[in-house]
Amino acid sequence: MAVISEGLDRRGVGWRRLAAIVADSRDLLGWLFMLPAAALLLVFLLYPLGLGLWLGLTNATLGEPGEFIGFGNFVTLFSDDVYWLSVFNTILYTVVASAAKFMLGLWLAILLNQHMPFKAFIRAIVLLPWIVPTVLSAIAFWWLYDSQFSIISWALRHLGLIKTNIDFLGNPLNARISVIIANVWRGIPFVAISLLAGLQTIPSSLYEAAVLDGATAWQKFRFITLPMLTPIIAVVMTFSVLFTFTDFQLIYVLTRGGPINATHLMATLAFQRAIPGGQLGQGAALASSMIPFLVASVMFSYFGLQRRKWQQGGRD
Amino acid sequence: MTEITRRDAIKLGTAAALTAGASGLVPGSNAFAQTAFAPKPEAGASLKVLRWKRFVQGDEDVWTANTKKYSDASGVPVRVDSENWEDVRPKSAVAANVGSGPDIIITTNDDAQKFPNKLLDVSDLAEYLGGKYGGWYPVCDRYSKRDGKWIGIPMGCAGNALVYRKSHVQKAGFETIPKDLANYLKLCQNLKKNGTPAGFALGHATGDANCWTHWCLWAHGGKMVDEKNQVTLDSPETLAALEYAKQLYPTYIDGTLSWLDPSNNKAFLTGECSLTSNGISIYYAAKTSTDPAQKAMADDIFHSNFPVGPVGMPTEQNLFFNMIIFKYSKYPNAAKDYLRFMMEKEQYFPWQTASIGYTAHPLAAYAENPFWTEDPKSLPYRDAVKVMRDNGYSGTLGAESAQCMADFLIVDMFAKACTGSVTPQEAAKQAHEQAKRIYKA
Repeated sequence: MAVISEGLDRRGVGWRRLAAIVADSRDLLGWLFMLPAAALLLVFLLYPLGLGLWLGLTNATLGEPGEFIGFGNFVTLFSDDVYWLSVFNTILYTVVASAAKFMLGLWLAILLNQHMPFKAFIRAIVLLPWIVPTVLSAIAFWWLYDSQFSIISWALRHLGLIKTNIDFLGNPLNARISVIIANVWRGIPFVAISLLAGLQTIPSSLYEAAVLDGATAWQKFRFITLPMLTPIIAVVMTFSVLFTFTDFQLIYVLTRGGPINATHLMATLAFQRAIPGGQLGQGAALASSMIPFLVASVMFSYFGLQRRKWQQGGRD
Repeated sequence: MTEITRRDAIKLGTAAALTAGASGLVPGSNAFAQTAFAPKPEAGASLKVLRWKRFVQGDEDVWTANTKKYSDASGVPVRVDSENWEDVRPKSAVAANVGSGPDIIITTNDDAQKFPNKLLDVSDLAEYLGGKYGGWYPVCDRYSKRDGKWIGIPMGCAGNALVYRKSHVQKAGFETIPKDLANYLKLCQNLKKNGTPAGFALGHATGDANCWTHWCLWAHGGKMVDEKNQVTLDSPETLAALEYAKQLYPTYIDGTLSWLDPSNNKAFLTGECSLTSNGISIYYAAKTSTDPAQKAMADDIFHSNFPVGPVGMPTEQNLFFNMIIFKYSKYPNAAKDYLRFMMEKEQYFPWQTASIGYTAHPLAAYAENPFWTEDPKSLPYRDAVKVMRDNGYSGTLGAESAQCMADFLIVDMFAKACTGSVTPQEAAKQAHEQAKRIYKA
């Protein structure tokens, strides 16, 4: 018994010593604290990403794991006109919608930064489009854009401004514009509120000094607001671009990618190929082909917008 | 295509009944299956069923009541979950891939053909039901069999007939829907002139757009592939179909290029259009409405089958329902027994009646359901399974046909030609190349 208890004591001492070493070492402790987050990322981010990339290199179908076929799916995709149309649609959708969201969001943020009655209430209201589930807002837009029952067409007809209903989603160009507007409406609050938070961190002394120097409103914006806001713009726009590029629900509810694939995005086409079409491998390859675009936009944000020179109001 | 007439069905039914008596003498035969097929649910069995959400209330009410009847009789608890019919597809895909989920899923069209190896062989049940109820209609073999085995039990199909306002059609100079293409076009033109146009979906409407465009293609003799799965879309027949559709399109109400599945229901029920293709749900909604205006409209709503084209036979494409049991189910016997129970005449007839024939039967003997003659308005839906073609026609169903359908290949070909975004020749050519890529891959 004495021997066993001595052994246990020794082991207890060993553990305590190990704990003390870890506690004393900032590096080890840091790694230890990061472990849960790393495990979560590994399971819920890295594994699905890895699996998606792998599936893209196989001819997997629903229920069948398939075999490794190298870049076969990509070769097939690159010769597919519908794929290239979806790439074009996605880039157009992302660029136009993100630019509109940025400009309108910044404008709204500056407005909301002014002193006004019911400021908190108005700020909360502005967030509504962002809070409402996308599917619900998409259904609302589906009604607004309905070829027969659109309230917009109804109002314009009754005002005598148009004679027939506007074909919001029944014409490729109109459909593209309409889905972009719906996306912008939904995305503005995120940009506006985030930029508003950024605006409020800018010290008022900078503006006071600028006033003393006789700066105009534009100069204050150009040389104080914009440079001070650039770090947060980088983060906000990175997220905004990512959300827009990978949009699915809005298109799925409004058009299913129609008419004649005019609003098909890469995400909706990937789903269409993988699930209703049953070609998991091809769907995964299509989804994987979005990665370079996403990485490029992240790189632009981090290595471009966060450049200190730009943030200080300078140019290259 | 084998034609099964009502007389044949009665003969088959009688033969089945007679052979059933001798079942004990011929083990292993269909006749044996008829009397001997009674899978005993596993001890402690319980079932989860995923089905599409009802289009007509009567369907859900009686399906639920029948399920309860089964649970009471067998002691097997059954939970039935309903989802929008297009959302059932991703869920069944996940179930097939992950190997976990509902025991039974009621799928649409060729879903079962996408993952046949994951499905329980239900040949014994299918043979039992077919033997007892006059045989399955031919299209059931195509959708529910793979390599000679039954991988699903056909539930029927949502017939897609022409739904029209009789008074408007009469005003357009026709007593009823013409049976030939030339007069049908004339009717649509007259309806447009009268301000009561037709409306057929040309957007990515999985059900409605596919139904009428496939009808038009097949009616002219065009088809995606031949019997050997060789793509044959770029043909004079396809061109004829596209030229015909191009004449039809201007007669439609504005905006059909954006129509999804619910759009024509809304437009018809609000009086915006007076001819469309749909299941019987439009009529059901008007008939059961408490709004007097809708009730009045119900009196004016009639149904008709699509006109027959130069091929000289019906060429309809309907939404087929297949009930599948996954191999991973712990209670395969209970699952089979549940499906057997639900498909037996005692349950099927009241269910079909309550849903006013929304689901047309797949078994020949069920044409005898008195409901079909009680309300003649539903008669055009009666033979929907009997006359329909599968979406892989005339090749084999599988991954390729599913992808063509998922990609709205036929719908978009028609949309391009109808709207003039490209010429009919170019539309056929582009769709042909796209189909070749899919069938080659």
